[in-house]
Amino acid sequence: MSATIIALAADLAAGRVSAVELATEALARAQASTLSAFITLDPERTLAEARAADALRAAGSAGPLTGIPFAQKDIFCAEGWRTTAGSKMLGNFVAPYDATVVARGKAAGLVTIGRANMDEFAMGSTNENSAFGPVRNPWDAARVPGGSSGGSAAAVAAGIVPAATGTDTGGSIRQPAGFCGITGIKPTYGVVSRYGMIAYASSLDQGGPMARTAQDCAVLLNAMAGFDERDATSLQREAEDYTRDLDQPLDGLRVGVPRGWLGDGVSADVRAAVEAGIAQLEALGAKRVEVDLPHAQYAIAAYYVIAPAEASSNLSRYDGVRYGHRAAEYADLADMYAKSRAEGFGAEVRRRILVGTYVLSAGYYDAYYLKAQQVRRRIAEDFATAFSACDVIAGPIAPTVAYKLGEKTADPVQMYLGDVYTTLVNLAGLPALSVPCGFGEGGMPVGLQLIGGAFSEARLLNVAHRFQQTTDHHLRMPPAGAPGAGGAQ
Amino acid sequence: MTWEVVIGLETHVQLSTRSKIFSGASTAFGAEPNRQACAVDMALPGVLPVMNEGAVDRAIAFGLAIGAHVAPRSVFARKNYFYPDLPKGYQISQFEIPVVQGGSIAIQVGEGDKAYTKQVELTRAHLEEDAGKSLHEDFHGMSGIDLNRAGTPLLEIVTEPVMTSSAEAVAYARALHALVMWIGICDGNMQEGSFRCDANVSVRRPGEPLGTRREIKNLNSFRFLQQAIDYEIRWQIEQIEDGHTIQQATVLFDPDTGETRMMRSKEDAHDYRYFPDPDLPPLVIEQARIERVKAGMPELPAAMQARFAADYGLSAYDAGQLTASLDTARYFEAVVAAAGAAQAKPAANWVMGEVAARLNREEKGIGESPVSPAQLAGVLARVADNTISNNIARKVFEALWNGEGASADAIIEAQGLKQVTDASAIEPIIDEVLAANPQSVAEFRAGKEKAFNALVGQVMKASRGKASPAQVNELLRKKLAG
Repeated sequence: MSATIIALAADLAAGRVSAVELATEALARAQASTLSAFITLDPERTLAEARAADALRAAGSAGPLTGIPFAQKDIFCAEGWRTTAGSKMLGNFVAPYDATVVARGKAAGLVTIGRANMDEFAMGSTNENSAFGPVRNPWDAARVPGGSSGGSAAAVAAGIVPAATGTDTGGSIRQPAGFCGITGIKPTYGVVSRYGMIAYASSLDQGGPMARTAQDCAVLLNAMAGFDERDATSLQREAEDYTRDLDQPLDGLRVGVPRGWLGDGVSADVRAAVEAGIAQLEALGAKRVEVDLPHAQYAIAAYYVIAPAEASSNLSRYDGVRYGHRAAEYADLADMYAKSRAEGFGAEVRRRILVGTYVLSAGYYDAYYLKAQQVRRRIAEDFATAFSACDVIAGPIAPTVAYKLGEKTADPVQMYLGDVYTTLVNLAGLPALSVPCGFGEGGMPVGLQLIGGAFSEARLLNVAHRFQQTTDHHLRMPPAGAPGAGGAQ
Repeated sequence: MTWEVVIGLETHVQLSTRSKIFSGASTAFGAEPNRQACAVDMALPGVLPVMNEGAVDRAIAFGLAIGAHVAPRSVFARKNYFYPDLPKGYQISQFEIPVVQGGSIAIQVGEGDKAYTKQVELTRAHLEEDAGKSLHEDFHGMSGIDLNRAGTPLLEIVTEPVMTSSAEAVAYARALHALVMWIGICDGNMQEGSFRCDANVSVRRPGEPLGTRREIKNLNSFRFLQQAIDYEIRWQIEQIEDGHTIQQATVLFDPDTGETRMMRSKEDAHDYRYFPDPDLPPLVIEQARIERVKAGMPELPAAMQARFAADYGLSAYDAGQLTASLDTARYFEAVVAAAGAAQAKPAANWVMGEVAARLNREEKGIGESPVSPAQLAGVLARVADNTISNNIARKVFEALWNGEGASADAIIEAQGLKQVTDASAIEPIIDEVLAANPQSVAEFRAGKEKAFNALVGQVMKASRGKASPAQVNELLRKKLAG
């Protein structure tokens, strides 16, 4: 299925198809898929949601998303659904409450097809860190889909669902969107409520939509965003219609390209696709300017101090006392903690907890955590300066296209370096999206990253939408015979 | 060899908000285990804390009450450690920048000639959440966890190390206890854990730098506070005099043995890995908010004490007694308002005397007094205009207490207690008494003044207390002289 939300919504509105029919088809595709894009499918629950959506429509209360099937990243607590965050630690955890994003989705009439696979606690760039097995890239089953929202990206790219939710702490929406050839936006920090979204690094985590087009992302973001009194970091702002500027012309748009971003650090195929993407924006009336982000080079280091520090504390609640995994046998309390956590957490999560614990320790705090916070402020200042000279920043999402499973698992630092173009955006709290801009090595998709100033989501979606009006990268489907695409189309 | 004692107190004051500091769950005491713990208190995956503004207002009120700096921007931090009754694996507290900074509390120590006042300086007061409770009994070798208390709002109030005896420490704790109840930020219930003290105690020889301190945890009565500190002082002095050195440690006081025992040494101390809580923005307090809180606060005890002394001519001692609690002060002022400022001194005597004693006997607070301020004012008025004597007044008060009438006047009327001041009514009684007590008369005439008092008593008794004592005196002297 390559239909967009907009197209499906029209079919639903015209009565050409029902939510139950769409859900049934999507479930069939999900069950037939060999991508491991989902951790949990619960057809009864899905069909109940679909029936509720059809009832809503019958009652004349349908909105633009009522009856649209989607994949929910397994990081959003949803009442009655097993919610694992990709971890064995929460392998038996059924959420007793709805995250705000989930509640808003329900209110809009979205239908949950299943719980999308992800890197454990959103820690990873390949989805190989899931306790429920790695996700495959629909374009090449030997390759990773990116992470941590790899299940979400794969499910959309393979046409199982038209949309998914994701979360982005250091690139976890944009990078898998880029690797799988779909569109995904990380909003400004504080735009989408984090209540009920299982925390990885609280000051960086931000939920957002992933879909085939920028227009679909805008429609989804309308449902997801908004002030939430249950999240103290949620921003109290007027509700926005993110579709309002989609068709604005791009004449005079200043597109900043950070100096050095399209140099040796990025592979030739990615560079070519991104350059072509920027050229296309110029063809649409935009003006290319050079900008500087002098502290961007420290972003990865700062990110891999701050995120693990927060994670080491956020994940302390998984202690085997109240819920989640508890070791079968233990000698005493300390042993119960140690065994439960050693068994419940995977290697990457344990690594980040150790790093985070270390950088917060007495005697190291100033050298690591405080220093990283200083870097963070400098990066934010860099962006502020850059945005005085341009309206949006364009660049790559990642240095390469999606690589092979197992290729980088042996060297975590190599893996972390792949986040060079994404983490700085989270450190600055800014919105950014990934839009497909071509294909590279092995026929794999390449994403173009567009970064904006705070609350410029509507502008970013406008640029991406105009871009997609004149390109077809986002319309391409994985070749027939590729895993998720096969048979069920 | 003389020793100097240095004591600093950390007090955990439970703030009287209806809901918890970061969640909407109730703070009411005594519910079934885990019935007042919501998703946030249980630290389910994905939940987030939201500041209870009522707790902030109470912290501001405290800062204002002690003349402290209320920080325009303070920061919540996470104190990380694992314990089963700490659901998140960290406690949200304030570390580097607390909401209340500095300030001081005046204390009165000792009695009589040895009484003195002292100003105890405070370091800080910060907002934090309480942990849950571990129950180690009744679970057959396992432990039970009750999270009802988890997330209860606390204000931790820290003094400088400026107290030099258990008496000063107790005086400070009592003054603080009275103050937090006075300004209405804490119910003061020590049995339920609403007010708990940790005492840091060290000893040194005069002129030497501070000794190594040991911290006595969780003292929930003034008596235990005194006993624990006294024991700890003796123990530390003995240790040093025996040639040992004091090791920094946290100790617990055992009320059964009256001793302190080590809980953990400095080596066991946690590295709490404090860092600013990314879930909570800095706590920003605008001046307008401080003004709003100030406007809603009652007059503070020190100010009220000074006013009572100035306006009503009361002694510092009386003014201090009457401002021991806000309820007492309010009761007193209501009596004065009804009876007139001229009656302030008798009103003070009644409130501190008869009223306090009667309440004490029935273990009641002054708010529950069956005799209202207006009723008491009625009694005072009748004493002032000589309708009744002080003795009869006590009778009338007792009758009011027992609900025998709605007002002093009604009781005086109904029970015929009006004072007899008519000489023609008193003289026959005196004559009878003199006739019946020739021995007393003889003794008085022989110069025994005591005998006179005995005769007065007899006359009063014969008049059933209604005769005016002054008049009885006067008439009796006349008769005996005649």
